[in-house]
Formats: sequence, structure tokens, C-alpha cells
Amino acid sequence: MKNILENVIDSAKVKGVDYADIRVVRRQWQDIDIKNGNVEALTHNEELGFGIRVLFHGAWGFACSSKVNAREMEAVLKKALTIARASGKARNDKIHFHPIPAVVDRYRTPITLDPLGVPVETKLNLLLTAEGILRKNERVKISEAFMGSYKTEKTFASTEGSYIEQELVECGAGISATAIEGGEIQVRSYPNSFRGNFATQGYEWIEALALGSHAERVGQEAEQLLSAKRCPSGTTTLILDSSQLALQVHESVGHPIELDRILGTEASYAGTSFVKPEMVGPFRYGSDKVNITADATFPGGLGTFGYDDEGIRAQKIPILSQGILVNLLTSRETAHHLHRESNGTMRADGWNRIPLIRMTNINLEPGEWTLEQMIADTDEGLFLATNRSWSIDDKRINFQFGTEIGWEIRNGKLGAMVKNPTYTGITPHFWNSCDAVGNKDHWQMWGTPNCGKGEPGQVAHVGHGTAPARFRNVQVGVMKQG
Amino acid sequence: MIGKEKALRLLKRVIHGSRADQTEALLLTEDSSLTRFTGSAVHQHVAEKNGTLILRVVLGKRIAVVTTNDLRTSSLKDLLHQAISLAKVQLPKEDFVSLPGPRSMPDVRTFSDSIRRLTPGYKVTLIRELGILAHERGFRTSGAFSHGQVEVAIVNSLGVEGYQEYSDLFLHLVVDDGMNTGYASFVSRDAESLEVERLANEAMEKASRSEPIWIEPGEYETILEPYAVSELLSFLGTLGFHALAVQEGRSFLCDQLGKKMVDPRVTIYDDGLDPNGLQVPFDFEGVPKQRVTFFDAGVARAVTHDSLTAGKEGKLSTGHGLIAPNPEGPIPINLFMKGGESSLEEMIQSTRKGIYVTRFHYTNVVEPMKAVITGMTRDGTFLIEDGEIKQPIKNLRFTESILRALSRVSAVSAERRLTSEGTVYSRRFMTGTVTPAIKVDGFHFSGISSL
Repeated sequence: MKNILENVIDSAKVKGVDYADIRVVRRQWQDIDIKNGNVEALTHNEELGFGIRVLFHGAWGFACSSKVNAREMEAVLKKALTIARASGKARNDKIHFHPIPAVVDRYRTPITLDPLGVPVETKLNLLLTAEGILRKNERVKISEAFMGSYKTEKTFASTEGSYIEQELVECGAGISATAIEGGEIQVRSYPNSFRGNFATQGYEWIEALALGSHAERVGQEAEQLLSAKRCPSGTTTLILDSSQLALQVHESVGHPIELDRILGTEASYAGTSFVKPEMVGPFRYGSDKVNITADATFPGGLGTFGYDDEGIRAQKIPILSQGILVNLLTSRETAHHLHRESNGTMRADGWNRIPLIRMTNINLEPGEWTLEQMIADTDEGLFLATNRSWSIDDKRINFQFGTEIGWEIRNGKLGAMVKNPTYTGITPHFWNSCDAVGNKDHWQMWGTPNCGKGEPGQVAHVGHGTAPARFRNVQVGVMKQG
Repeated sequence: MIGKEKALRLLKRVIHGSRADQTEALLLTEDSSLTRFTGSAVHQHVAEKNGTLILRVVLGKRIAVVTTNDLRTSSLKDLLHQAISLAKVQLPKEDFVSLPGPRSMPDVRTFSDSIRRLTPGYKVTLIRELGILAHERGFRTSGAFSHGQVEVAIVNSLGVEGYQEYSDLFLHLVVDDGMNTGYASFVSRDAESLEVERLANEAMEKASRSEPIWIEPGEYETILEPYAVSELLSFLGTLGFHALAVQEGRSFLCDQLGKKMVDPRVTIYDDGLDPNGLQVPFDFEGVPKQRVTFFDAGVARAVTHDSLTAGKEGKLSTGHGLIAPNPEGPIPINLFMKGGESSLEEMIQSTRKGIYVTRFHYTNVVEPMKAVITGMTRDGTFLIEDGEIKQPIKNLRFTESILRALSRVSAVSAERRLTSEGTVYSRRFMTGTVTPAIKVDGFHFSGISSL
């Protein structure tokens, strides 16, 4: 393989590229979906291919193919050059692509048990046991259990002499109970909604989730939600559990700080950002309780890797420091806008997509409070848990979230359960209203395996470490009654 | 592109080599390209060639699915072996009846040779032309121009055999003058039907020159353009227009078939053969597409089926099977809303105080049984007063039940439009929706986008 890649890189140099890289990616993944005692999906998938990216005549070109051989690589290189040459006729600004020294290295996700090596029967048994407990509740009409296992092997070579091999392993699982009665649907999930929690870990991660131990509670809560009171409407104090806060961080911090988005690369699709490069340094994004980092090195984080897809080593960087915006997510082409070097966030979804700036693990650093202290310190408010719905505008300003469940807080105590909780806000106002963040005992890493961006669409696996946090004067109960 | 003979030969080889009780082999190939631009310059330009085989095997009632994009003969033997091994450890799916049997396939042409003219250089030329047209009026452009050639071939051990070539192009455009934005998009199977100047003009007409004003969220008479209406239909399709949602008790159509649910002006159906849409003659199980009407003059009528949901009810599939294993159900992908008797001009003239919406952004489900969704307006949102579009407004958040909105339809335009989501994740298969513009007497806006 190395010889073939080096040959095509040499060919690119001979053809006069300013820069070129090639990524060969092999992916294997297995999905298991259980529903109402049936295995609705048992799939094993494999794909292999390569993509060549060139910077030529002042423009980018990219082409790819599933036929991994020397002749096809040469043909694809020519196609990428043709594309770049054409694109060069519609360029305005010069592309600044910061050179880096060659890197030759290997990285493998440290694991104990290969999730793709665990017998399917073992996995089915684990899932069916947990799902069976959910089903014992008569008002739970749909009981589900999911598991996903992934392995990505990629080889990166560039005209700068870099040659990096990585093997990334991920897995995750979850359960959910859907109670249906009288035209109403209520869902409860564990450990998180939308298929569970995922990590760059081995099967030991799934075992540690202990799905079966939580199944009874999950089923009960889904049933209880059917007769719970509706979330009240008004302005109140909100405490979010760490899983919901993970998505809050994702949508209202992670995406707005992608520098390619800020510069307009997603303008016609997912939109732009209210953040501008000149805000780095002076802008108060959140209160002084809010410290956020981007950390691609966090052990087990779903957004953890060895090197990004431009050959930059994984790193940890501050994003919000006591609420002040101090950095953005950057690439080799965009970092010069901040007069800095790339902080290694260019990631591609497979062999047939170009790298884009993506979140790694975007973490809200722990604070000082326990959850119990936060609740005890709150006269009146709501505690909301587990995401059910999310939406944000094309500049990442106005957001609205719904959670699966909530509880009223009165006089420092958790009170009645509420159903269909929703809340809405304006991003910097919301983060500036944060007056308490949970400590490291309540801090947990969450894996979001379904972050969409780009055209053609790409899915990134990203992580968010969070602890529960409190926010003041938040509008809740958004839905019109009736 | 592999070609019909080679594709079917490959699939038949797989079927004949299988020791399963039933076997289905589906091949999807793609030769596609996408050119993205922002600030009137091309910033991303990509091309892809791929072919994926999806193999579904059945042992008794045990089902497993394996996929690969390695189409070499040696690899396919391993694939069969892997599929059978997986099926052996599966649990039986007791309500499984059978993969579909053969039916006569409609003869529909879905490939236009004109797609081949979309070379990288030609597409960039068109994008430059858009940029020049926009620049003359003080705008910059951003967007994506995507096109593809796709093959779908399917063979199963019961005798199903189908092959179809598809061409598609999708171009969407946002124009921006620093204060306002406007949007337009185009989708077709025929590159000759693309009119770049018309598209640019449509987008620029949406980007008004005045500063957008702030208005109080609340309930308003609202006119929704086809882009917005198509999004409402897509959500209805996913949430409740298919048999799996009904069988699981989570569809708004549960116990409602035959009852009036929305305004009589509303008729919504799915038809893969209607030439006004992006035609799709058969589904991903090789079953020919049937027309299914969901709302007929406001009355709930029927749902879509695949072989699995149909088998549970002793019915035939309506030809809405998606790629196996498809735990999401037979979601319709060729949605239509019937046109009415009004026009956009008449709708505007009849509005005392209301909102004009070009399209929605980042919509999501809030309450599935009531089809309550939330999202933002975008790229051309206006205040209507006394029968005239007065000025642009800051984008609004809406939170509304689609069913409630469709119950309050007071006008439907005669003219309809083919639109598409356009975005392709994973395997390329372009779908489109044909919708009119509608006027809703009372649509709930719950927030505003403003710092």
C-alpha cells in the first residue's frame, strides 16, 4: 500500500500541484436494532475506497473511487486536477494553505475488547435482556434496544511527506421505551436518546453501560409521563442534565465556532454564524462560570483521534475561558484569519468526502456545584433531562429544545414530573445566564454519532463532556396549548 | 455506470450462489459530482464513483443484511457466507411472510443524456454566470450544484428483476447583499431544462433592499411557498403516512382512516409514476410503485406499505420499500399535493396582516402524534399588510401542528412546483416533492432570531 500511495503522490508532484493528499479508508460497522422482542435489523457493512485532494492552479479539487488500485488512483488524480483547473476560473481570493513538517506515525484507539470481534449472540443476548424488561410494562407499546460497532482504518499520505496510519474503534448502545395512550406518545431513553451513548472504546464500554439495570426505571418513567402535567409556560430558572447540555453545547457553541462556517462555506445549507473572527478575544459568549474546551485527545471521547485529515496532531485548546471567546475551530486554510496555526479539526466522513472543520470533543469544563446543591439553591424552576427535539436558526442565534422529561423545582426540592418540556433562547443571552456548573463528580462524556454538515452531506462522530448546569430567566413551555 | 446486463448478471450470480431460503440482491451505483460556491467563488468541488451491494438473506424467518462496495467475484462469495452466518444466529421474525414476488415493471425513462454535458468546466461556467447576474444587482451568491448518474438494479430468488438508470441535477442558490438573503432552487432529471438567469432572478426578488424589521411573534395569516409546503409534507410522510407508524400505534392516522382530518382543499398523495415529479418506477424491493392517497379532499384514506408491513395485514406491498433492513418503515418519497384554484397574487391581496414565508430551516419534531414541528423561516420572509408585501422581517421561529395548519388552509395555488431537499448523505438517490403554495389562516410563530 505504501508504495502505491507514494507513487501517486509523486505523480501529483510531477504534475505541478501546490499540495495533494490521498486518504485510503476502510470501514466496517455492525448495527443491531431490537424492537418489541424482534431483531428488526442485524446488518454488517464494509466499504473501502480512496479520495485524492489537490490544490492546483489556486483551487481545490477532489475525486474518489471505490476501486483501490494504482491505475484507478492515477485516473482519479487526473480527475481531481481537472476539477481544480475548472474551479480556478471562479476563484476570488488566494488560498492560504499553511505548510507543515512531514509526520510519519501510527495511532490506534486503545481498547480491551474489539466490539466487532464479540459474537453476535452475546450482543443479542445483552440487548434482548434489557429490552425484555422494558416490555414488561403494559403501557410501553414500543420497546427498543440498539447497538452499533465501528472500525475505521485510514492511511493518509501527502506531498509534504506525511504518512499516517490510524485505526479508530467506536461503539455504543442504548434502550428506549415508548408509551402510547389516548393519542399521546411519551419516550424515555437510557443512557441517551437517539440510539444511546457512543465512545472511542471497546466493547467494555457497552458492558459498563449496564442497560439492563436501568430498563425498569426507563419503562416506568415512560408510563408516568403519560399522566404527568404539561410543562408550564413562562420564564423561569432551568437546570439541564448533562446529556441535554451536551446537545446544547453542540448546537449553540460547537457549530457557531467552526471557522469555515463563519467564513461562509455553509451559507446555502446549514447557514453561517453570528460569531466573527474579530470577536476572538473581546467577546463575552457566556458568564464567567462557562469554560469550554475542544479536546481531541480525551481518552474515549467520540471525537478523539490521533491526527486530523490534514495531518495535524490531535490537541486540546480552550474555546471559552470564563465566558470569553478565546479561540475557534480552524484548519490549515482558515487559521491565518486568527493569525494562528491550525488546531487540527479537519475531519472527513469516509473516503468519499473532503475534510471539513468539525467538532472534536467540545467540553463544558466542570464547576463547583453538586446537582443536589444546585437544586437546593433554586427557589423555583425546572430540571430537564434527555433530549427529544432540537432546532436552531441559520446564524446559530435562536434555538429551541425539547426534552423527554422534566421535574418542577419548588423551594429547593424536586417536585412533580412534567411532560413535553420545551425551552427556547438566544445563544449568548442563554450562556450569559449560566450561574452554576456541576463538578467533576457529575461530569460525563457523551458521544453524538449523527452530526450533519456539508454538501454532499457528511456525518461526524463528536463528543461533549458536560455536567448539569443552571440558567436563569429562560423561556419554557413553548408549545401552544390545544 | 455498470450497465443493465452486467448489473443483472452480477446480481443473478449472487442469487444463484445463495443457499438461503430467500435472497435479495440490490445494487446501487453512483457517478456524481458537486460544486459548491460562496462569495460568488467556487470553494469545494468534488466527484465520486461508487457501487454498493446490499444483500438480504432469509433462513426460515431469520433475516440478515450485509453490504459491501467491493464488487469483485471473490468478495461476493465471502459476502454470501457472511450473510448466511449472521442469519443463523438471528432470531426468527415471526410476522415476516415473504420477500415480494415478481410483478410487471412500468416502463419509464428516468435518464437524460443531457446530464453528460455537466462537466466540471461547464458547471463552473454556469456558476460564474450566476455570480455575474447577481453582482450586477449588488448581490453575492452561495450554493451548490450537484448532479449524478445512478443505477438501481434488483434481483431476488422469487423472480423479481429490475434495472433503472437515473440522472439528476440539483442547484440551489442563496443571494446576499449583506442585509437580506433570497433563495431559489431547481431539480430535474434533464440538464436542458435548467435556466440559470430565471433562477438568479427568483432568488434576487426575495432579497428585498430594506432593513428587515422586528415583528412580535404570534399567530398570523401565513402564505407558504412550495419550498415550505414540501417540508410539511415530508414530515407528515415520516411521522404518519406509512403502515409501520400505524401498526405501532404512533401515527396521527391511527383510527382516523375515513375521517375528515384537514381542510377539503387539501389532497396529498404519493405517486412514483407521475411525470410531474422525479419518477421512480419501482422501490428498493423491486415492487412497482402504486399511487397512494393519504388525504383526499381532507379525508384520511390510506398508507404506504412495503413487503413486511403488507405481509402483517395480508395485503400487497404498495411499492414503498426502502433499502433493507429499513426499520424506519415504508416512508413515501414521491409526495404530491394537489393544486387549487388560487394564485400567489390572490393570496397576498386577500391578506390583511400576515407573513410570507419562502422556506423553512432546521425543522424538527416536537410532538409526533399531533405532528407538531418547530423550525425557522429563512431567505425571504416578509410582512404583508392590506394586501401587499410591505417589507422584509427578521426571521421567525414557528412551533405549529402541521395538521392544525392544514385544517386552516383558506387558499391553494393552481400552480405547483417540483422541489427537493437536495442534500445527499450516504448513497445518492434524489427525490422530489410537488406542491402548490398555500395560505393558512392562523400559523403560530413562537420566537424571533435577533441578538
